[in-house]
Amino acid sequence: MNFFNDNPAIKFQLSHPLMPKIVALKERNFADKDKFDYASRDFEDAIDSYEKVLEIIGGICADVIAPNAESVDHDGPQVENSRVIYARGTQENHDALTQAGVYGITLPRQYGGLNFPMVAYVMSGEMVSRADAGFANIWGLQDCAETIAEFASDEIKSEYLPRVCEGATCSMDLTEPDAGSDLQAVQLKATYNEADGMWYLNGVKRFITNGDAQIKLVLARSEDGTTDGRGLSYFVADNKHDHTVLVRRIENKLGIKGSPTCELVFNNTPAQLVGTRRMGLIKYVMSLMNGARLGIGAQSTGLSEAAYNEALNYARDRRQFGKAIIEFPAVYEMISIIKAKLDASRALLYETTRFVDVYKAYEAIEAERKLTPEEKADFKEYLKLADALTPMLKMFSSEYANQNAYDSIQVHGGSGFMKDYACERHFRDARIMTIYEGTSQLQVVAAIRHVTTGNYLKMIRDYDAQTIKPEFTSFRKRLQIMTNLYANAVARVNEIKNQEYLDFQARRLVEMAGHIIMSYLLLIDASRDTDDLYRKSAEVYLNFGEVEVRRHAAFIKTFEVDNVDVYKVQ
Amino acid sequence: MSFNIIVLAKQVPDTRNVGKDAMKADGTVNRAALAAIYNPEDLNALEQALRLKSKIEGATVYVLTMGPARAAEIIRESMYRGADGGYLLSGREFAGSDTLATSYALACAIRKLGKVDLIVCGRQAIDGDTAQVGPQVAEKLGFPQITYAEEILECTDKSITIKRRLERGVEVVKGSLPMVVTVNGSAPECRPRHAKLTLKYKKAATLSEKQDAGADYTDLYNAHPYLTITEWGVSDIEHDIQWLGLSGSPTKVKQIENVVFTAKESKRLTASDVEIEDMMIELIANHTIG
Repeated sequence: MNFFNDNPAIKFQLSHPLMPKIVALKERNFADKDKFDYASRDFEDAIDSYEKVLEIIGGICADVIAPNAESVDHDGPQVENSRVIYARGTQENHDALTQAGVYGITLPRQYGGLNFPMVAYVMSGEMVSRADAGFANIWGLQDCAETIAEFASDEIKSEYLPRVCEGATCSMDLTEPDAGSDLQAVQLKATYNEADGMWYLNGVKRFITNGDAQIKLVLARSEDGTTDGRGLSYFVADNKHDHTVLVRRIENKLGIKGSPTCELVFNNTPAQLVGTRRMGLIKYVMSLMNGARLGIGAQSTGLSEAAYNEALNYARDRRQFGKAIIEFPAVYEMISIIKAKLDASRALLYETTRFVDVYKAYEAIEAERKLTPEEKADFKEYLKLADALTPMLKMFSSEYANQNAYDSIQVHGGSGFMKDYACERHFRDARIMTIYEGTSQLQVVAAIRHVTTGNYLKMIRDYDAQTIKPEFTSFRKRLQIMTNLYANAVARVNEIKNQEYLDFQARRLVEMAGHIIMSYLLLIDASRDTDDLYRKSAEVYLNFGEVEVRRHAAFIKTFEVDNVDVYKVQ
Repeated sequence: MSFNIIVLAKQVPDTRNVGKDAMKADGTVNRAALAAIYNPEDLNALEQALRLKSKIEGATVYVLTMGPARAAEIIRESMYRGADGGYLLSGREFAGSDTLATSYALACAIRKLGKVDLIVCGRQAIDGDTAQVGPQVAEKLGFPQITYAEEILECTDKSITIKRRLERGVEVVKGSLPMVVTVNGSAPECRPRHAKLTLKYKKAATLSEKQDAGADYTDLYNAHPYLTITEWGVSDIEHDIQWLGLSGSPTKVKQIENVVFTAKESKRLTASDVEIEDMMIELIANHTIG
């Protein structure tokens, strides 16, 4: 079994028309080809290399990580002498990926990385999550290296990045007991010592995923007397100073049990400053969070894939009333909707990732040379697109992962409630996804300005202008009507000019935009695809999203400012 | 110090996933219907070789395989995991070889390789299940042999110490080099492909594969000699033609029978621990399980 080869829907995304641009930017026109024996020589060679490496990861997912998932969920990590001991399976998974040399997948080759675009990395994250959503966190925390690569000094890069490529684990230490969603309240103190030029960290971090990692990125208050986000800086701490960082406890969680969630006590821990002071939260953590939200998109999509497979296989095998239950409309509709939500998540996941790839490549090029005015404009455009889609992706994919896991249990009936089937683990693992790295509600806060400024509407109009197969013309007409409903709802909310009213309707508006965008993406994918991988889902999702858009439109149309009051609770 | 390790590996039809078209009407294996894979125990052997390579400075691992042109895949697979390169012994003169002719051809090829310190191979291939080729190669080269190896415990330039997996336990033996070692399936599994090695060697090819691929990559092959997999035909090895291929193969298939289970054997046990334990001992003894 191989989670890459058995899923043509993933490979299909590598043939997207934006890929040549992404590869050319990422490879600087293949400048590495004579410097590294594993570098790509041209576009076809690069895509082939992505496929080869994804095949390695897909094999490890199917042969090692997936078979370990049940025991990892059961055993979980332990704390011994203030250190985390992974479950046996977790360690095996990590060792297999390390041995295959696939960590550091997006990092530059000069630091030992593979220099792959985010698209390939997100594919790996999706597959790892399908195998074990909890382990996807440990794999996904290599994101931390991305912020080191982007913002740290050359000295720090040379010290830490090669270690990430050799399998050093990472954590992002942000949350504290009194600083959860509101990270401006972070208290952990960083003090500079003139004598040795090091910073020293003191304080407590809580809910830190993989907190006992070898490389810790820590958000801390470097500016005495400040109370807001502008007093926070970003630090990297090495596990050679681990005697100063104690794991006080690990949380006993509902799901993703293999991923250790730690409470850490820093006691004069030496650390190095990443980037410039005071930019910790404002710039670096925001960048880190955007990367992490993309990661949750991949994790959620992978979980939906797993939930779908479990539901489909069970419904084909299980016979009741003399036939397989998949033959009953109530069951096959449920499975088709799981699939449509999965494919919609995936379409949005890779669209977002492509935009991230383009702007990140420009960002890296800008560190080497001045961008031309055209490049600069292109950079800003893709940054805006990525910024608009990232919170939408995080919200929808994680909500769909939960809905799909729920429906997957429903397809299993009573058996699905038992520990004997993987669907109950998927259900528990999915639950955190709408919460961490910013709750769905906070994703709406990030997304709503793209509603009010008209960014989403402009994107929708651009999608509408793309060529689609003639057979989909009637679908496009329906989408145009949905777009009008959305534009009218936005106009109404904007006209009312009441912040609380806007906040109250925000989720409905973001969801309307999301359903329309995902429907278009599926239509465009289905038009490009010759194997009919996406055609069914394009229609099923449109049917689903159309009703949702109409429902929200009707609600907003007759809902006055005063009507908010009845919802207020004290 | 140089230390040259040769892994003998075979591309085999995947007999573990047999469909209904696995056999032809004449009773021979329908190779087209089965995926071609790296013989599993040869992968265990490759892992042992790669572990030695990482322990002994200057050690090299080359893979020798005999088969059709597509068997070059075995050599690439080995390089993706850390082997330095390989040799493909190919040609219609080798077709129809039984174990005797195969071991003769392999021994001729190994003689051409110069100094060899250690030859490792899987205990047996899953298509023939004979376990004869490794020992026969040792006899033909006049090397000692250790079979059923599970772990190489120690290796110097003169001797090797090996843990063998036997039917009723393990045995640790020591032998002098050069030596042939056959590796048991209970040995550690082979490591996965390494990403960078895979990207480095993915275009490695034999001369005939390069000719099929066209001229696009001529510069690449000229610049990187490690991308050329050595391909030997019958004229590249010193041999006596009568010992090769069909003429060198005394084994003849007389008849093939399909075995169809018609009745299910059943036994009734009470739920006592004693009876269950007796049953388990019996099943292990007759190899039904374990």
